[in-house]
Amino acid sequence: MKYFKLILSFVLTVAIFYALNTKFGSIPPIGKFLNPYSGVWQNETDEAISGDITIPELQDKVTVHYDAQLIPHVFAQNELDLYRAQGYLTAKHRLWQMEFQTYAAAGRLSEIIGEGALNYDRQERRRGMGYGAEQALLKMNEDKRTSAITKAYADGVNSYINQLDPKNLPVEYKLLDYKPEAWTQKKTALLLMYMTKMLAGGDEDMENTNALRLFGKERFDLLFPDFFDITDPIIPKETDWSFIDVPQTPTPNSEPVLDSIAETIDKPDPNYGSNNWAVSGEKSATGHPILANDPHLGLNLPSIWFIMQLSTPNHNAFGATLPGALAVISGFNQYISWGETNATRDVIDWYKIDFNDDRTQYKFDDQWRDVSVRVEDIKIKGKETYKDSVLYTHHGPVVYDKNFKSDQERAGYAMKWVGHIGGNNQKTFLDLNKSKNYTDYVEALSNYTAPAQNFVFASTEGDIAIWIQGLLPNKWEGQGKFVMDGSKSENDWQSYIPQAYNAHTKNPERGFVSSANQSPVDEAYPYFVFNDGYETYRNRVINDFFNSKDKFSIQDFKDLHNNNYNLKAAELMPYMLENMDVSSLTPKEKEIFDIAKAWQYNNDMGEIGPSIWSAWWSILYTMVWDEFDVNDTAIDPPFTYQTIYLLKTKGDDAFMDIIETPETETAKDLFKLSFSKAVEKLNTWKAENGDLNWVNYKGTYAGHLLQALPAFSRFDIPIGGGKNIVNATSENWGPSWRMIVEMTSPPTALGIYPGGQSGNPGSKYYDNFIDDWAAGKYHSLNFLQSSTATDAIIGTQTLTPSK
Amino acid sequence: MNKTIINFIATIVLAYILSLFLPWWSVMTAALATALFIPLKKSAVFFVPFFAIVLFWAVYSYLMSSGNDFTLAKRIAVLLPLGGNPYVLMLVTGIVGGLAAGIAAIFGKQISLILKSK
Repeated sequence: MKYFKLILSFVLTVAIFYALNTKFGSIPPIGKFLNPYSGVWQNETDEAISGDITIPELQDKVTVHYDAQLIPHVFAQNELDLYRAQGYLTAKHRLWQMEFQTYAAAGRLSEIIGEGALNYDRQERRRGMGYGAEQALLKMNEDKRTSAITKAYADGVNSYINQLDPKNLPVEYKLLDYKPEAWTQKKTALLLMYMTKMLAGGDEDMENTNALRLFGKERFDLLFPDFFDITDPIIPKETDWSFIDVPQTPTPNSEPVLDSIAETIDKPDPNYGSNNWAVSGEKSATGHPILANDPHLGLNLPSIWFIMQLSTPNHNAFGATLPGALAVISGFNQYISWGETNATRDVIDWYKIDFNDDRTQYKFDDQWRDVSVRVEDIKIKGKETYKDSVLYTHHGPVVYDKNFKSDQERAGYAMKWVGHIGGNNQKTFLDLNKSKNYTDYVEALSNYTAPAQNFVFASTEGDIAIWIQGLLPNKWEGQGKFVMDGSKSENDWQSYIPQAYNAHTKNPERGFVSSANQSPVDEAYPYFVFNDGYETYRNRVINDFFNSKDKFSIQDFKDLHNNNYNLKAAELMPYMLENMDVSSLTPKEKEIFDIAKAWQYNNDMGEIGPSIWSAWWSILYTMVWDEFDVNDTAIDPPFTYQTIYLLKTKGDDAFMDIIETPETETAKDLFKLSFSKAVEKLNTWKAENGDLNWVNYKGTYAGHLLQALPAFSRFDIPIGGGKNIVNATSENWGPSWRMIVEMTSPPTALGIYPGGQSGNPGSKYYDNFIDDWAAGKYHSLNFLQSSTATDAIIGTQTLTPSK
Repeated sequence: MNKTIINFIATIVLAYILSLFLPWWSVMTAALATALFIPLKKSAVFFVPFFAIVLFWAVYSYLMSSGNDFTLAKRIAVLLPLGGNPYVLMLVTGIVGGLAAGIAAIFGKQISLILKSK
């Protein structure tokens, strides 16, 4: 009996140890997680911002001043020390995020969260994310300076990781029960690939191919024109292109491959976009150029941006950095300011590949070329490694084949993507941080490949400019709108647009430059550009604003950032309200109809009009494009602008008819039908969720990077705006960094973002900017001119070499 | 002082010392050791170290979070989910440690009985 009790109590002891030390599903190992001396309770603190820290390999002392926003102002004696410190400090505040994003980029999430992420990981591997990062790494290391600096950054991150006591690991590591690994230059390359995927990882080739096959060329061209009937491009229409002496690639008249494709890989959210603009000194109320940028990205916590001042005796830069990448990405220095919006150019094309019997070769111009195989080892937490062999052609990886989203034994689809070519894009930002004038800025941009961006520029010398910069293929007319035959060399990208001929403008006559993801140029530009998802609303509101008067102040810039005018609704809703049949409205419909009529087309928080528009438009859009609801077919309905254009000008087109019903509907019928459905939807929503005010109906939130874990996210953020509005704040994306810089000497700047400097959910600095950001407020950025602390500084930390 | 109080205090002191260099399961080691050297009887075998560690962990976690306005505790109490109440989280934390300690103490008691009978 004694021994039985002994054994029983021993088993119980082992059992409780196991139960509290092991992660079950999403439940963390509860003993490890909750104990007060190494669990989450240790994260109940803000990061230390004073004292001395020894960092091996530093050449000199680095002073880090923190201001009340927890922005580090870094003063180093040389570039290597500066970027080593940037690595160290970024890791200190954002370690989990920077590492997690590179795991996501590399298709390694299964290592952290298990089998549930396997499909995602396979997709990212087949997209060639790791391959692309390796190509970029080669290019980075070809340049000695970039190589040394990115290495120093990696060492800086590792200095932090190495001195990190396990009890101080960020909460997410404790929650998921794993540890950080060493940072490498490749991780920086992966982070840049992550951005390339986010911003230049979309295309509609397969979807367009299906649409072309189903509806024919004439109908396709009506639905998807290369240019809309109005364009308000980034580069002013009157620009003279006669200096361009390299012609567009002549068209080989090749036919697209009209295959039926059922399913495609995930595309980045097409709503990601941005605004930037600058006014010249003449157009500025103070006589100094003023520049603004607000990149619209996912609203996440920790935020995608981390604000820093980075200086050496030779330069002094300030602005938004990307944890994992070096230098300031959107910001300013003593002489210039710059910011980006996405250029949305078509830099992904798809080629159909014909293999031989054992898939070791593929056909190309009457020859057989060898396939190379890249074996992707996907480690899975608690399981055996999954091996996926991805075939590579000279086009790029064969993403779709019999092993992935396709059942063709001897065919596949290969992806040609500028993201696979590699480029030293880190260098562009290192150089921009040090640029002193327009010439330096152009030089810094010249080698930049991807993701193509609209780089806005202003200088204290008084110049303003915008360059649409990226490595852009010189395509033949129509190339890459549809899937191409990969066995014909004429379908390959023949050359790239010479860098100097990328569209740009300096000091245009109108006195301002701007971009909002719209078409870069009009049809006069000598190279093939077509509409693959360009914005058509924000750009017009912005340009109309800058054409509306002579002088603009900082306040005007703030007002424009926070402008909630819904041009899209204003272009259709009055027409719908006027033209629909109102004779049979029910009392409930009449009530909503009256509110809609009174709305002035501003998406302000308290308005009900935007909620009505949002519900009505989404139902109408689906109703119009019911023809696009085809089973097992990857297909996208036409863009918003063209849809509205057709509703207003071709209201009796066959597309307006609802196929399912015996009647033949016209646009006017659809207005009424969709309105009734929208009223029903709104009233149901109201019954469940309360008031229909836009702020409630929209429900903006900033979600934690781990599937928006409610505990670490912020919900119901009080802000207006919405899709296609200058204040582009929608449910979960929006202005992720708002910056305004006046080019005084030194520049005076404002900035804010929806998050906080700390990545620790236990810190008051985790989300402390959100309320001010939502209210349209800005924080003054304390641009220190020397390493001497000012009144704005609340703590100073010194990084010292270990000698 | 009776054994109950001695065991109670010794468990806390030992648990604290061991926590300086052992992971969370140091509370199990501490309770096992006190059960061996300061044996108790019947249900006290479990409950004395249980309450000792409940108190130790709950107070310790209160001290860690009170200076920070319970910022993280409130969030973790949403995550687990405990209605966002940081005090409930402290109690749960204490009970988790207490259970581990109590069970380890029962094992310690059984070892002490075997040793004594030899």
